Amino acid sequence: MPKLTVNDVEVEVEDGSTVLHACEAAGVEIPRFCYHDRLSIAGNCRMCLVDMERAPKPIASCAMPAGDGMVIRTDTDRVKKAREGVMEFLLINHPLDCPICDQGGECDLQDQAMGYGLDGSRFSENKRAVDNKHMGPLISTVMTRCIHCTRCVRFATEVAGVPELGAIGRGESMEITTYLEKTLASELSANVIDLCPVGALTSRPYAFAARPWELNKVETIDVMDALGSNIRVDARGAQVMRVLPRLNEDINEEWISDKTRYAIDGLRRQRLDKPYARGRDGRLHPVSWDEALKSLASALRKAKPNMIGAIAGNQADAESLYALKSLMTRLGSPNLDCRQDGAKIGGNRAGYLFNSTIAGIDDADAVLIIGSNPRIEAAVLNARIRRNWLSSRMPVGVVGPKVDLTYDADFLGQDPAILDALADGSHKFAAKLKKAKKPMIIIGMGALARADGAAMLGKARQIAEGYGVVTKEWNGFNVLHNAAARVGGLDLGFLPARGGMDIAAMGKAAMAGKLDLLWLLGADEIDFEPFASSFVVYQGHHGDAGAHHADLVLPGAAYTEKDGIYVNTEGRVQYATRAAFPPGDAREDWTIIRAVSGAVGKSIGFDTLAELREALCAEYPHFADADEIAPAKWASFGGRAKLSAEPVGQAFDNFYMTCAISRASETMAECVRASSADHGAAVAAE
Amino acid sequence: MSIEDRIASDQPDSFAFSKDNEAEIKRIIAKYPKGRQASAVMPLLDLAQRQHENWIPMKAIELIAAKLDMAEIRVLEVATFYTMFNLKPVGKYFLQACTTTPCWLRGSDEMMRAIKDRYQISSGQTSACGRFSLLEVECLGACVNAPILQVNDDFYEDLDYQSTGALLDSLEADAPLAVGSVLGRSGSEAAAGATTLAAGKPAKATKKRSAANA
Repeated sequence: MPKLTVNDVEVEVEDGSTVLHACEAAGVEIPRFCYHDRLSIAGNCRMCLVDMERAPKPIASCAMPAGDGMVIRTDTDRVKKAREGVMEFLLINHPLDCPICDQGGECDLQDQAMGYGLDGSRFSENKRAVDNKHMGPLISTVMTRCIHCTRCVRFATEVAGVPELGAIGRGESMEITTYLEKTLASELSANVIDLCPVGALTSRPYAFAARPWELNKVETIDVMDALGSNIRVDARGAQVMRVLPRLNEDINEEWISDKTRYAIDGLRRQRLDKPYARGRDGRLHPVSWDEALKSLASALRKAKPNMIGAIAGNQADAESLYALKSLMTRLGSPNLDCRQDGAKIGGNRAGYLFNSTIAGIDDADAVLIIGSNPRIEAAVLNARIRRNWLSSRMPVGVVGPKVDLTYDADFLGQDPAILDALADGSHKFAAKLKKAKKPMIIIGMGALARADGAAMLGKARQIAEGYGVVTKEWNGFNVLHNAAARVGGLDLGFLPARGGMDIAAMGKAAMAGKLDLLWLLGADEIDFEPFASSFVVYQGHHGDAGAHHADLVLPGAAYTEKDGIYVNTEGRVQYATRAAFPPGDAREDWTIIRAVSGAVGKSIGFDTLAELREALCAEYPHFADADEIAPAKWASFGGRAKLSAEPVGQAFDNFYMTCAISRASETMAECVRASSADHGAAVAAE
Repeated sequence: MSIEDRIASDQPDSFAFSKDNEAEIKRIIAKYPKGRQASAVMPLLDLAQRQHENWIPMKAIELIAAKLDMAEIRVLEVATFYTMFNLKPVGKYFLQACTTTPCWLRGSDEMMRAIKDRYQISSGQTSACGRFSLLEVECLGACVNAPILQVNDDFYEDLDYQSTGALLDSLEADAPLAVGSVLGRSGSEAAAGATTLAAGKPAKATKKRSAANA
């Protein structure tokens, strides 16, 4: 622990820290462009120069290891002059186009030029101009503005694991580009926009849409995958303009996936803004809320309680799940399911959580992935696995399709029999698991959402118990979900009650004419064919598959338009906040359910969100602990049946379109087109 | 200058190293510690350039990336960093003229003028006949015999307008002049002959000393 003095303040910093860290510890702000906490040190912008005693010239504080007894000064004339000099050099070739630059108002170069620069330039030659580069549908480039900090290059190489960005040429003709200007083939590519300290890389879908100071900024939670990434939603009036990551060391650090960031233009398209009912002509016609509630109430009264079913979608908030469950209970229906894909999970909590926690990935020293492609199912989590692999080269085994995970992995095959071989130790990867001190199993919906899912889960548990995946201090048994609502739904038991039917049974019953009414809470990803003869109620925010098959459509709110509780794949309870209002006559989902319960004369009780949450937390106390994980106790779960021979797959293939919002998004559609054009073979293989 | 401007617009469909070069590549890679094979990128680019008429096609860059387990962009970064790697076709005789201060003081302008007068080309261009390409380069490190014109791998020194013309004549006839000073200087000794150590060769002394050491 070196002790050093910064501007007469003595600080002690951890071993391996740099002078820049020490300055920050002493409360001194150091301007920087190339240095970034989560990337390797480049030391090429020279903005962080400070004075060190006995050094003949200023030193780059980001690249100088902190040493015992160093005396650092940041307030000398020489430091001031050095910063002014560096800033003047940086601005030599930087265009003065801030008024037409999207970075304006949130630009490091702008801010630091104000803080540390000179008021004028002595440069009277021509500035250089650089051709803009094509980097795909998400990243807009104005390369003349680039100051060559190489943050984007380091991000692509280190974090995203797609070394496609680089700096070609040298000196004044140095340029940042992708290899032959291909689209950056990463699910995390748009993070380079946040990293870029100037306006060289800006957001293409958001180009010239708004200035940062006119946006209403709301901190909330993402629902595009089951990680519950912390995001900030910037809205102007009723329109969500952009999504940015928010720092959360335990979940997404400061990255988010491209889908999280850019699916939001889907919030403006194909929205359900009034109730619809299917008329005699077989088409949906707009109706008033009164008519909609009346017709639903009469349908509910007519239906036999045990012939009513409810299926929840992947983005439902816990409140609406709880409200719908309460209503179903009041109606006397046991038929609930929140597992659209038919995953065989539920019951014991340790059997459906990412038990090690996402941050726990950093500690693992061997990983076995079963039926999942974390790169597309949870891109930010995959970056964490990659980071661990980069430093430790831990063995990663995959039972599932062969894909590029951005790190080296042993693809053991797709045959479920491999799991048997791993369980009895006859497989060669078993030795690597055995050797590991903190082995980890990640099992995804590719293994669980199949007929023998319960047996898969049981087999995975058997492997976990056999290889020390679960010990007193360590629980490396992880279920990786891809639905934001899933863990919340399982936690509050949105599952078939005693004698109730699950989604498959409901389908069978409907085929036999034994399902009068089916309530879909934002469920778009199911097979609708069996339910053709049932009265289908769709409550949701998009005119997607669910609404097309519905007899009655109740317009709900999307995730940015309501306060809601979501539980992520680790079991972390997070409270999302409303950033905009739902369009037209659409309402927050729990209020719709509450209104229906009143209309049908089976009131579920609560009249405000606070009352609902009180009831929810009284029944399931862990929902009250925001940002906390209630650890799950290890117990027996999963089935013992024989595994079928069907190859183990992954949850889905198309990263960009997984929900009603992303399917409605033009940006996501463009990403699909771009990735199949530039990397056709790769996408086909994935 | 985007990447399209840096590389040849007409790229071959494939590239493979010759058998001899494959053996050489093995030898080169073996020089570096295991896992550090990427260090061999510059010798491999050089081999590719020598094998492929003095320029490197993109297929060669991709092949080298695959051979050294590097990202393609990393190889391209190296290839574009050094002016010695040609990413576009050049003539049979690739003339690299040094115009840095010592050469300039000693008349590199005259040397350049001789080339320009004859082929009407400036730096970065190839003559109409396609056999001569000119590139103005920074210090070639032979200032003592300035000015210098590097023709492919060889240095021609002490050039002026006349002698540059004579050199180009010889290249056109495919019978290049003797490499080195066109004045006939030996190494970098003075133009009028050696002025020091004239008494005798120091070789004996060296021998004695090494014998004593042994």
